[in-house]
Amino acid sequence: MVENRPFLNILTHLVLIAGVLVVAFPVYVAFIASTHEPSAFVRGVLPLLPGDNMLESYGQMLSSGWQVGGTPPVWLMLGNSLIMALTIAVGKIAISILSAFAIVYFRFPFRMLAFWVIFITLMLPVEVRIIPTYAVVANLGMLNSYAGLTLPLIASATATFLFRQFFMTVPEELMEASRVDGAGPMKFFRDILLPISITNIAALFVIMFIYGWVQYLWPLLVTTEEDFYTIVLGIKRLMASSDRVPAWNLIMATVTLAMLPPVLVVLFMQRLFVKGLTETEK
Amino acid sequence: MASITLEGLRKTYAGNVQAVKGIDLAIEDGEFVVLVGPSGCGKSTLLRMVAGLETITDGTLKIGDRVVNKLEPAERDIAMVFQNYALYPHMTVYNNLAYGLKNRGFKKPEIEERVRKAAKMLEIEEYLERKPRKLSGGQRQRVAMGRALVREPAAFLFDEPLSNLDAKLRVQMRVEIKQLQRRLKTTSLYVTHDQLEAMTLGDRLVVLSAGKIEQVGTPMEIYSRPASMFVAGFIGSPAMNMVPLEYLQTRGTHDLLSDLPPNTDTVGIRPDDMRLAPPNTPHLVVESTLELFEAAGAESHLYVRLADSDQPTVIRVSGQPPVKEGETLRFFVTREALHPFNSTTGQRTNAP
Repeated sequence: MVENRPFLNILTHLVLIAGVLVVAFPVYVAFIASTHEPSAFVRGVLPLLPGDNMLESYGQMLSSGWQVGGTPPVWLMLGNSLIMALTIAVGKIAISILSAFAIVYFRFPFRMLAFWVIFITLMLPVEVRIIPTYAVVANLGMLNSYAGLTLPLIASATATFLFRQFFMTVPEELMEASRVDGAGPMKFFRDILLPISITNIAALFVIMFIYGWVQYLWPLLVTTEEDFYTIVLGIKRLMASSDRVPAWNLIMATVTLAMLPPVLVVLFMQRLFVKGLTETEK
Repeated sequence: MASITLEGLRKTYAGNVQAVKGIDLAIEDGEFVVLVGPSGCGKSTLLRMVAGLETITDGTLKIGDRVVNKLEPAERDIAMVFQNYALYPHMTVYNNLAYGLKNRGFKKPEIEERVRKAAKMLEIEEYLERKPRKLSGGQRQRVAMGRALVREPAAFLFDEPLSNLDAKLRVQMRVEIKQLQRRLKTTSLYVTHDQLEAMTLGDRLVVLSAGKIEQVGTPMEIYSRPASMFVAGFIGSPAMNMVPLEYLQTRGTHDLLSDLPPNTDTVGIRPDDMRLAPPNTPHLVVESTLELFEAAGAESHLYVRLADSDQPTVIRVSGQPPVKEGETLRFFVTREALHPFNSTTGQRTNAP
């Protein structure tokens, strides 16, 4: 339905603007709070204009953290989160694209069984198998390490399924043509399949990066040393000081900083992301 | 360049489905052979077996003097043109053409030279830096041909390469493929379901039905002496009319019919062998009612029903005769126009 009437235009824009405000206002408040005195936020009346305390808040969080609450500097936690999110995203994509390749392009015994076994692990996210997974990681001595933070989260049925569906839409003749052209399976994978999956890979990367970035429960369990705290953990620790007035300016500064990397990833990969989810280029 | 020899080639799929039931065929060096048949007759399977994309259940396949049954497609020294072109979408036309050569370890200058040569031959030089998505159907078809050409293989295999093109382009590309093959003299095996394409392209035709060869011969041999009722019905458009011999015998006494082989019970007559004007030579006269008149420009198709029979029959005449639907028509058939068949075996009864 493509109509072009001024009244409808105004109406749709009003709805859109209202939606944007609902979503954006809390974010704005968080940013404003981070620029005021610690007390400004608890006074009951929310300031709506930036204050003058911005540099101090951000400066303190980035350089020294908040020692009273036991929080290391934010850049350390941002770094940890970045390593975790990147490793999870890259690892998930690498493993699932290879397993999807095996399932779609090779005829081996129990092929469908293998697919369904992968598929039913969808029903077993980390939260469900958290105790055995923790035991395994602990026994392997991977507590307080990046390997322990990321490995258990890397296996991904969703991504395998997505790549499988995509590979099945790739015309079989493409594989046959490359066979006639003298390319073996891995050469076909590298020269043909990987380049045409690039938009799907980008879309998955965005989703998986954010999935890794927002992990809370798992890092909470496997990390006990400040050096391995992720940013989400850090926010929680800032708020958990029960016997004090929370330092809202510092909390909100951390929150604002924590939001930046996912926002940047989405911004830079938006074009590929949308393409990967909607377009089938063959 | 090489000959291709098929000896007792069979393909059986899981569940004992026989797609190809023992094909013997010798394709000479430089020959253009067309496999033609209705869909599901096994022609594509056969081609893919020659290409190495389907395994061979039984029999021997030779390209030149080599038995290639177990070889990978790349090792068979063949090139294939696919129905949907199967161009690599992320590569430029140049890289599409060069990919097979790169994989075979050709040096850069040689690749460049071969690609330019093929591109020139196919008139796609100006598109070399474009991606396939930016090309029209006909141009993509040329690129697909180019990919086969640069390899300078022993044989070309075509799998219905023109069926995705519109009618006009199809005719044009048909002519170009034929000219190209004449020039290069590369052994070619071409699969199509379009009998006109088959007739015009092939040095020899192989008519397939249900996984078996019905007839092998030059296009004109097959057209003028179809070996079976299936071939008679498949090659030629509109299809050959089949009239029971008994019916013709009841249309009066005809010496013409007496010398037909004894086991004949059906007579085939091409639509264009049914004349509206009596010829000078001895002939049959059959009465019919005109049911539908179809003018196709240079020629007209008359759909008639034979008198005292419900046999539908098509007559093809050139131009536009002054006839009206519902009118009674008499048509004349000479002895030479009769193709005698036995309807039980489906075979021609006066086969040499």
